[in-house]
Amino acid sequence: MDALDVSRWQFGITTVYHFILVPLTIGLAPMVAAMQTMWVITGKDSWYRLTKFFGKLFLINFALGVATGIVQEFQFGMNWSEYSRFVGDVFGAPLALEGLLAFFLESTFLGLWIFGWSRLPKLVHLATIWLVAIGVNASAYFIIAANSWMQHPVGAIYNEETGRAELTDIWALLTNNTALAAFPHAVSGAFLTAGTFVAGVSGWWMVREARRTRNSDSLPMFRSAARMSFVVMIVAGGALALTGDVQGKLMFEQQPMKMASAESLCDTETGASFSLLTVGTHNNCESVVHLISIPGLTSFLAENDFGATVQGVNQLQDQYEQRFGPGNYKPNLFVTYWAFRMMIGLAAGSALLAIAGLWVTRGGRVPDQKWFSWLSILAIPTPFLANSAGWIFTEMGRQPWVVAPNLSGVDQIRLTVDQGVSDHPVGLVVASLVTFTLLYAALGGVWFYLIRRYVVEGPLEHDAHPHVDPPESEDDEPKQLSFAY
Amino acid sequence: MSLPEFWFLAIAFFFVGYFVLEGFDFGVGMLMPILGRHPDAATGERRRRTVLNTIGPVWDGNEVWLITAGGALFAAFPEWYATLFSGFYLPLLLILVALILRICAIEWRGKIDDPVWRRRCDLGIGIGSWVPAVLWGVAFANIVRGVAIDENKKVTAGLLDLLNPYALLGGATMALVFALHGAVFIALKTAGDVHEDSVKIAARLSIPAVLVGGAFALWTQLAYGKTWTWALVAVAAVALLLVVALTAKVREGWAFVFTSIAVVAVVVLLFASLFPNVMPSTTDAAFDLTIANASSSAYTLKVMTWAAALAAPVVIGYQAWTYWVFRQRISSAQIPDSIGLTVKS
Repeated sequence: MDALDVSRWQFGITTVYHFILVPLTIGLAPMVAAMQTMWVITGKDSWYRLTKFFGKLFLINFALGVATGIVQEFQFGMNWSEYSRFVGDVFGAPLALEGLLAFFLESTFLGLWIFGWSRLPKLVHLATIWLVAIGVNASAYFIIAANSWMQHPVGAIYNEETGRAELTDIWALLTNNTALAAFPHAVSGAFLTAGTFVAGVSGWWMVREARRTRNSDSLPMFRSAARMSFVVMIVAGGALALTGDVQGKLMFEQQPMKMASAESLCDTETGASFSLLTVGTHNNCESVVHLISIPGLTSFLAENDFGATVQGVNQLQDQYEQRFGPGNYKPNLFVTYWAFRMMIGLAAGSALLAIAGLWVTRGGRVPDQKWFSWLSILAIPTPFLANSAGWIFTEMGRQPWVVAPNLSGVDQIRLTVDQGVSDHPVGLVVASLVTFTLLYAALGGVWFYLIRRYVVEGPLEHDAHPHVDPPESEDDEPKQLSFAY
Repeated sequence: MSLPEFWFLAIAFFFVGYFVLEGFDFGVGMLMPILGRHPDAATGERRRRTVLNTIGPVWDGNEVWLITAGGALFAAFPEWYATLFSGFYLPLLLILVALILRICAIEWRGKIDDPVWRRRCDLGIGIGSWVPAVLWGVAFANIVRGVAIDENKKVTAGLLDLLNPYALLGGATMALVFALHGAVFIALKTAGDVHEDSVKIAARLSIPAVLVGGAFALWTQLAYGKTWTWALVAVAAVALLLVVALTAKVREGWAFVFTSIAVVAVVVLLFASLFPNVMPSTTDAAFDLTIANASSSAYTLKVMTWAAALAAPVVIGYQAWTYWVFRQRISSAQIPDSIGLTVKS
């Protein structure tokens, strides 16, 4: 292992870890905001309790997401300084905009939301959680715009004199068609994640309460939360499929090598089939044996035509060598192939839960079936893993590029990972990799413990009813805070 | 003034914002165990929570100033960002670890009602407050002093080169000034016994802060300053001396104004001493990173100028409003009982 490999591992580990947490934040913020809105509109205590219950889980998760996010910004300079020099003029702008327009918003208003329960008027307080929800989603937009530029550089020129990419059109960067496809796809994934989380927790609670007592207050409450999240899941799932299709077609056009690898399509084919199962090591084309395939589907995914011609890895490799010089332009076939299938396949977990959940809660029913309790719990991790698989696919499929060349753009705006990495002694990067891995493992353990502990405890007695202040008594003893750390 | 020069000012502005705001957060974290010392465990815990809750609603927003400063540095001065972040690898790694611990510790501390849990979180808050305070001082002093940078804009200095006397004095200054800034902030935000003790601590800290901070400012001025930056040294010195007098008279509102001014003056002094370099090289002046050779293109800077001009006033507006919403002092008596869960269900 050299510094490049270790730096890649560190980027992979810290990024995957960060993005396990972030989709839940992105999706749960608007869902908690919706619960609080329901409370404000209906005045029902059950919506208040749900807001408080899922709000706590949201906060436990938010903390670790923020903490691991700082590493992401610093890491470009620390481990990928040559990359930073090459792209900073372009890539830095969306990161700075993310701080200015999104992070300030979410962090400041989250503080107001946590501590403002009895300090702010009801509607102003409701507005704070919506601003948090807008902030987290805006931050997703900016970071995806930045990432999309690495997948498909637009709005920039190559400056011979400075030897770097330079921004010429911020609007083109922010409306990069890659970003316009990737953002709704990632956000749909986030909503599916949060929906599955709320549905899974609520489903497990419903069965538990139903088997303990039929008269629990919690039953209708969790039923409302579950029904709300089934709808979120179905809408998000549909949006995922649609946006995934759009994004896939763009990727066939913009990064054909990535899609050919995802299909283990070694040679150009007309009417290419979609492979469901292959065996072999996948690290080179020849070792792959396709066992089950759906004829023509890959061609359809690429161009809406079952008979279309799709380019294979070997032919693309030849084209890239002619255009960009000698080199290995093939991503890791095993990872891209299986990550792509995991991303799609794991969606089944959420789909099953949503469909089964709508069935068992139909017509006012409350489920008490053991199997539904198990399904609820088992479905929760699936969208988290699917999100990770999706990002692993899109990032590993871009290799060896860190900035993939835009095939119809400026050829000089391209960079491979070995050109982008900082020139550090390997021991230094290993030290940092080990530090982050151990720290993240420990904090991940605490995160899981806290989430589990709060889920199992259920809504707290403390939060049963909205906080009502005793009548004003300004000069008397100061009243207790409604919330304190 | 050229656009890159304007962005040099903007970067200084973001770091000033960061150090003024997160400075007292760090100070609060440093003083939490000291102000929380009490023979009665329950009272001590209530006092620690009073201290922590002075920054409760605002610390997260304060920290974004760092993220934005980092993003702005990346966008406006990619070469500076790349050289600094790769060159100061270990200090930044430690700062990151410390900040991660602090965020989780603050946010998770009250989630479990258990003394061992809280002690561990307090350790995280302590590390997360001391380590960044000292290391930012060390890092900024080294930026001003210059480090070995080669012709490829790569820092060749090792960790031990960064631990020179001037930089260590910078670290001590940041830690002391932030502790003082935090003590005055706690005094301003609390009532009752915590208030009284924080005033005492502030008074006790103010004299060493004047001496150490004054020495660092003077060294900076004599070694790297410009004629006009004497004014900044004077402002910092006068402000800190006024803090000594004001804390003695329990005028914490004005004292906080002057600790803030002292932080601003010291950070501006550092940036002014740096100008027009951004990272001077001790290897060869030809390898200096300057505002001119480290900046982004004019177009990028123009875009960033518009974004900052439109967004920064709004951000400052709603952050100021947050401080207004939570303007009331808090006392130990107002801290509600812990609503954290027990360790096991």
